Amino acid sequence: MKTPLELKYSKSHEWVKITGEHECEVGITDYAQDSLGDLVFVNLPEIDADAVKDEAICDVESVKAVSDIFSPVSGKVAEVNEELLDAPEKINEDPYGAWLFRLTDVEDFEGLLSAEEYEKVVEEEAH
Amino acid sequence: MAFKTPLYDEHVSLHGKIVEFGGYLLPVQYPTGVIAEHMAVRTGVGIFDVSHMGEILYKGKDALANLNYVLTNDFTSLPIGRIRYSVMCYEDGGCVDDLIVYRLGEDSYLAVVNAGNRIKDAAWMKEHLFGDVEFKDISEDVAQLAIQGPLSGEVLGKYTELPKKYYSFIETTILGKNVMVSQTGYTGEYGFEVYCRKEDVTELYREFLKDERVVPCGLGARDTLRLEAGMPLYGHEMDETVSPLETGLDFGVKLHKDFIGREGILNRKNRHRVGIKMIGRGIAREHLDVYKDGKLIGHTTSGTHLPYLKGAYAMALVDEEYPAGTIVEVDIRGKRVEGEITALPFYKREK
Repeated sequence: MKTPLELKYSKSHEWVKITGEHECEVGITDYAQDSLGDLVFVNLPEIDADAVKDEAICDVESVKAVSDIFSPVSGKVAEVNEELLDAPEKINEDPYGAWLFRLTDVEDFEGLLSAEEYEKVVEEEAH
Repeated sequence: MAFKTPLYDEHVSLHGKIVEFGGYLLPVQYPTGVIAEHMAVRTGVGIFDVSHMGEILYKGKDALANLNYVLTNDFTSLPIGRIRYSVMCYEDGGCVDDLIVYRLGEDSYLAVVNAGNRIKDAAWMKEHLFGDVEFKDISEDVAQLAIQGPLSGEVLGKYTELPKKYYSFIETTILGKNVMVSQTGYTGEYGFEVYCRKEDVTELYREFLKDERVVPCGLGARDTLRLEAGMPLYGHEMDETVSPLETGLDFGVKLHKDFIGREGILNRKNRHRVGIKMIGRGIAREHLDVYKDGKLIGHTTSGTHLPYLKGAYAMALVDEEYPAGTIVEVDIRGKRVEGEITALPFYKREK
């Protein structure tokens, strides 16, 4: 399982790439895509929608089930990765390249986990 | 507590993701993934551990009469070496289970039932036994492998001759083990099921996997394959509240004979099983409301993204027979998504 050091993480298995003082990119982790299995459908949030920390903002679906994606921080949706609508398998192939949405107006990035902390969360969950 | 099939350790060593199904711990998928496993069966060959299925023997001069009374199909004309599908009903026409019956000999039959229903089925069958018949649940002693896909005959044919016709079987040996091989399956594809003693199954499984074309497949692919092939699954398209005619199993119900549930079935044919192909964006899964022109007409019973057809499909029980092409809406988490009534099966293999 890959956990790039330069990213931040949430306990609900999203990754956050901080791209500016108030901006970030969000996707799901390698562990998340592996647990979900082959993804076949992605529902992306609406542009300009309010993202609220730890609340469901969109979802992804595997053959077996639908899973909510939680926003790891609060902000506003600036952009969504429309490429994934027709190619959800990109999330399985390259979880850290396949960002889901970009947020702006992010007040703070508090409470996110480091790569090391996130790996511990995964380890506990796997046991 | 969940049971393990004799192949449990094999699934773990193949890194299968283990879940509980029908009271058994089985792999839902291997690292290969549901889509690749599904495609292996459509285009190559896959192997499934189906040892969780239940096997029940009827023997004796009244075995036939018992089956004809407790099951909806008519086995009178079933030749030795052939298999027939049936439903088993309660008095009110609801389904106890669906199953297949092998005619083993002059007076002996083998009923193969769903794992999760096995105890209930055996109790129901036993309760209605009459005359000269020996009844035995041999599920604990029998293991079963399903080898499915266009290349399945090539793989199995290395070891034994094969039953030539769909829904026929032969008793033979593989690697010196006594087995029964039938041309049956739950995938809508050309394929076989191999029954053996549980102590022999690991050796057979390992041997079949030596052929690199054979892909181990889990319950996830088993479900998407049967759904693509429009096959009903107990607990979804049928249960104790649904009659076999409502769920479109007319071919397995012979109303000319007397059997448990006949009156009940006749009194309640008022729903229909249909296929729905989603047009709008969204995956319809089970237990979702289906609307036509704003009016609730029924609910979905199974649904997902189907890997071979590459689209979202569902089966549903609705209030009347709508022709193919009828536009309906499925309520997917509060959003009405358009779909189209489509003939079942969604997928039919070319022969």
